[in-house]
Amino acid sequence: MTTMEIEVRDAPPQAARAAAQAKIAVRDFDFYYGAFKALHAITLDVPAQRVTAFIGPSGCGKSTFLRSINRMNDIIPEARAAGSITIDGRDVYGSGTDPVELRRRVGMVFQKSNPFPKSIFENVAYGLRIGGLRNKRQLEATVERSLKRAALWDEVKDRLHGSALALSGGQQQRLCIARALAVDPEILLMDEPASALDPIATSKIEELIYELKDNYTIVIVTHNMQQAARVSDRTAFFMLGKLVEYGDTREIFMNPREKMTEDYVTGRFG
Amino acid sequence: MHRHFDRDIEEVKDLLLRMGAMVEDSISRSIRAMLERDSDLANDVIAHDSVIDQMEVLIDEKTIELIAKMQPAASDLRFVATVMKTTPELERIADLAQDVCERVIELNREPMLKPIMQLPRLAEDAQMMVRQALDAFVRGDAQLARRVIAHDDVVDQLTEDSFRTLLTYMLEDPRNIASAIRLTFVNKYFERMADGATNICEMVVYLVEGKIIKHAGHE
Repeated sequence: MTTMEIEVRDAPPQAARAAAQAKIAVRDFDFYYGAFKALHAITLDVPAQRVTAFIGPSGCGKSTFLRSINRMNDIIPEARAAGSITIDGRDVYGSGTDPVELRRRVGMVFQKSNPFPKSIFENVAYGLRIGGLRNKRQLEATVERSLKRAALWDEVKDRLHGSALALSGGQQQRLCIARALAVDPEILLMDEPASALDPIATSKIEELIYELKDNYTIVIVTHNMQQAARVSDRTAFFMLGKLVEYGDTREIFMNPREKMTEDYVTGRFG
Repeated sequence: MHRHFDRDIEEVKDLLLRMGAMVEDSISRSIRAMLERDSDLANDVIAHDSVIDQMEVLIDEKTIELIAKMQPAASDLRFVATVMKTTPELERIADLAQDVCERVIELNREPMLKPIMQLPRLAEDAQMMVRQALDAFVRGDAQLARRVIAHDDVVDQLTEDSFRTLLTYMLEDPRNIASAIRLTFVNKYFERMADGATNICEMVVYLVEGKIIKHAGHE
């Protein structure tokens, strides 16, 4: 035990050490829609190459928080943030941060799949073209790699130039994931990515999330608690704009510390 | 908020308690059969064991159904896990009561051995531990569970003392050996019942506190 104590004394303070491992570090983050305070002093670290799930009842602020990470809330009038979110130590809301560059590094997948009314190929190539990539061979290689990573390649390789809108809901959602992956993000934010899908398509998305975490940091908002339990390593429970509990997913679902979390994951809520 | 699930939990809890009551009854009747050398009573206990076995199957089915339909989490999950590990313990305890009765019937065909002072005390302690383990489960009382677990040491000591007495009888007169060996088995059966109660209590601590204390030594 003595060695342990010495190690602890020599190590940097707990907070600093946790921040060093965190991909996304959030400190005292508040968010307002006009006068309404939607998020209250959120402080948490999202670890790199892990899946972190945000759960909580509707209106608890989990989606607002997710959208704060890549500044998707910027476009909302009278929205205002305080406190800090840093990614690899760089301030997301700092004056030197370009939101467009930020969103390339922090991709997003939404509840409702939203492919462009273009071909499958062009959907995935879109971000690359915007980024200035013109080389046909490079475009093709990246589109193929992205579709493979999104576990869609085998299903669409023979109709890459067919309309994306002809794909099924689950395929469209994986196409959107491929589109997000094409620009090589580090973080993937997913806002209820499977809530509009049938169980088979849902399980494909979940498998995909599991595979993607080797290369990406994934944050997922979900109303499906079993999904959070299945896919995530860490789970954060939000309630009325506050972070109630954040910990290892197994702890949250087997033995949560907070009564409120217990009531929520067991469906006793209300 | 009232949950459909709460009704299912109550139903399973009720079934487990009914099974527990049957097991307690088997233990207490096996003790009486032993002390009163009552082979008829011993036969009743043996015959009743299949009812307890059926209860185990019924509770298994109910808990598996709960998992499939409700996908329990947190305390609900720990409750289901506790029931699934408690039911087989109870069933094994009932089997041990049946084993006691089988030895009693054999012992009754032989002349009575001198009384072994520790054996009735051991049997009653084992019975008490099983009853208190069930009480701890129903009340979600981890403190009571820990007290029961601690009492297992007392039972182990009684088992050892009783064994030494039996050994003395065997050394005194080889004609005692057959009965003394049978009583050694009985001795061990009660000690195993107390172990079963201890296992149930470890699950009660898990149910209440979420901590697995099994194999961690007595706290």
